Amino acid sequence: MIISLNAEKLGCTRGERTLFSALNFRVQAGQALAVEGANGAGKTSLLRLIAGFLAPAAGRIVVKTDGRENDDAEERGKSVGWLGHQDGLKPQLTVAEQLDFYACLYGHSADGSVLEQVGLARQADLPCRYLSAGQRRRLALARLLVSKRPLWLLDEPFAALDTSGQALVAHLMARHCGNGGIIIAATHEPLGLGNESLKL
Amino acid sequence: MQFLFRYANPHQFMRLSGAVLPYTVLATILCLSAALYLGFTAPPDYQQGRTVLILFIHVPAASLAMGIYGAIAVCSLLSLVWRHPLADIAARTAAPLGALFTALGLITGALWGKPMWGTYWVWDARLTSFLLLLFIYLGYMALWNAIEDDTRAGRAAAILALVGAVNIPIIKFSVNWWNTLHQGESIVSGALAPVFLAPLLLMLLGYGLLFATLWMVRIRTVIMERRARTLMQAGEA
Amino acid sequence: MSPFATLLVRDIRLAARSGGGAALALSFFALVATLVPLGVGADLHLLSRVAGGVLWVAAVLAALLSLDRLFQGDFEDGSLELIALSPLPLELTALAKIAAHWLSTGLPLTLLSPLLALLFNLPGPATATLFVSLLIGTPAVSAVGAIGASLTLSLKRGGLILPLIILPLLAPAVIFGAGAVALTLDGPMGIEGAGGALELLAAFAFGAVLLSPFAAAASVRLNLSN
Repeated sequence: MIISLNAEKLGCTRGERTLFSALNFRVQAGQALAVEGANGAGKTSLLRLIAGFLAPAAGRIVVKTDGRENDDAEERGKSVGWLGHQDGLKPQLTVAEQLDFYACLYGHSADGSVLEQVGLARQADLPCRYLSAGQRRRLALARLLVSKRPLWLLDEPFAALDTSGQALVAHLMARHCGNGGIIIAATHEPLGLGNESLKL
Repeated sequence: MQFLFRYANPHQFMRLSGAVLPYTVLATILCLSAALYLGFTAPPDYQQGRTVLILFIHVPAASLAMGIYGAIAVCSLLSLVWRHPLADIAARTAAPLGALFTALGLITGALWGKPMWGTYWVWDARLTSFLLLLFIYLGYMALWNAIEDDTRAGRAAAILALVGAVNIPIIKFSVNWWNTLHQGESIVSGALAPVFLAPLLLMLLGYGLLFATLWMVRIRTVIMERRARTLMQAGEA
Repeated sequence: MSPFATLLVRDIRLAARSGGGAALALSFFALVATLVPLGVGADLHLLSRVAGGVLWVAAVLAALLSLDRLFQGDFEDGSLELIALSPLPLELTALAKIAAHWLSTGLPLTLLSPLLALLFNLPGPATATLFVSLLIGTPAVSAVGAIGASLTLSLKRGGLILPLIILPLLAPAVIFGAGAVALTLDGPMGIEGAGGALELLAAFAFGAVLLSPFAAAASVRLNLSN
């Protein structure tokens, strides 16, 4: 259970360019943060920084759990549920196999009910190569759910989804925050969660 | 360790190397000339005749080839663990020099081998290890060239260099083992007459100074290139 | 299933479902074994003498074929990030991939080798040595190969550099493996005579499998910080 995530004087450089510097923000349990900005402003880089893939050029990110404060990147990564641009789906695996893989990889048992929640129950035995773009995103959402991680980092969560898909995302996000999770999302569209927003 | 970081600043390095360079150039020329002179004026070895001269172009080149890889391994460690800013540049610029000395070692080994063994190439333990070392250098340089981002290329090359450093003793051991398996005793003859020791060591010193000189020049070139690039990007030039 | 086993099973499954798994490596192995006699002539005595070396080199090259995709596939479709964030440490991830590669490539090659040894007129004890040497040595090929694969995973044409990087590092395996076969062939003691060589090979393989996950994990971290 993460109580809060604090970014203190965070700076990021890619190559020779400084994307942002002296960035401060704080997100608490049950809250969401929308990261906005033009393309190339550093939204994805910020998410990768929080996930622990990138090391910050300056500053640090402090995660507060019960009684402990920690700024270690790898440990933070173990709390992250990641939804990036790419889907992480193998064309040769079926939907069910793909989801079970991620469930077991993240240390949980396979859970078939998740497919129903994202509307893919009937496609369980379909190889992933036959999924549409919207279905792929739904499967990625299912993967997010089975990982059972408190900190969701979402890169353009509404992309490639039709209206019902977008409603699904909004519903899942609201439920996650309602359960005390944290969401940080890079997005061009409003999240609709009564959240703060950060402009890069 | 602190000492190494005092000259980590490119500025400091440029100043220091600029001051030292004329002396190393002079010392290199002196050493190499002295070594060659002593070598050519020494009496011909009764066993190998004049061709023993190749030996003291060959042996120091071979030693330096190994030594340069060691230097690259140290730079790689400095780059990965201590994030020394010049370490990447130092490692990258040393590699072609190392490859050159290795190639020199191989060629002179072959030239020495023809009168000795009757053929240009035999698969003896030392030459074979050297051939593998040449490939290791080429792989290292290829990795640097293949990855576009300089920082990442440096880190990747550093990992490769350290893996190679661990592996090279194993390779030498296995090649020696292979040699005794297939050819019995080692072919390379043993002792060198003392009169040749002085030119050999001088040659080694000369090569070392040559390497140090060329290395510093190359590092300076890279630093100046980067400055020029920064200026051009800022629109000055 | 534990995270380690899950990743292992997935990678084997993927290898089996894309292009018939070991079929490519096995075909390559057999083809090289066929080409060599065409190149050096059908003198059975000569062939039996070169069998150890030829089959070892052919096995190494065949194992190389699928190495460049070891991490690249997951890197390109975003799976690698997800795997890196899982509870499984990256070093164990690398080990799982090495094990999967061996099970789907090195082991099948080893199993085919006695048949190919037949083509080279290799006598029984030497064939047994060849089999054992490949069994012990091919894990080293997968392990060292994983280092090269992780270093080149971001390169589009990394497949060309990969052999250049790892083949020199695999020289000890070829030397000890083929050397073991040669000792069995020449020595009066049959397979026992090759004992020393097989021990050296085992030491090399053990060291490689133990240490290369660390190098591979470091390279993966490096490439994820893109």
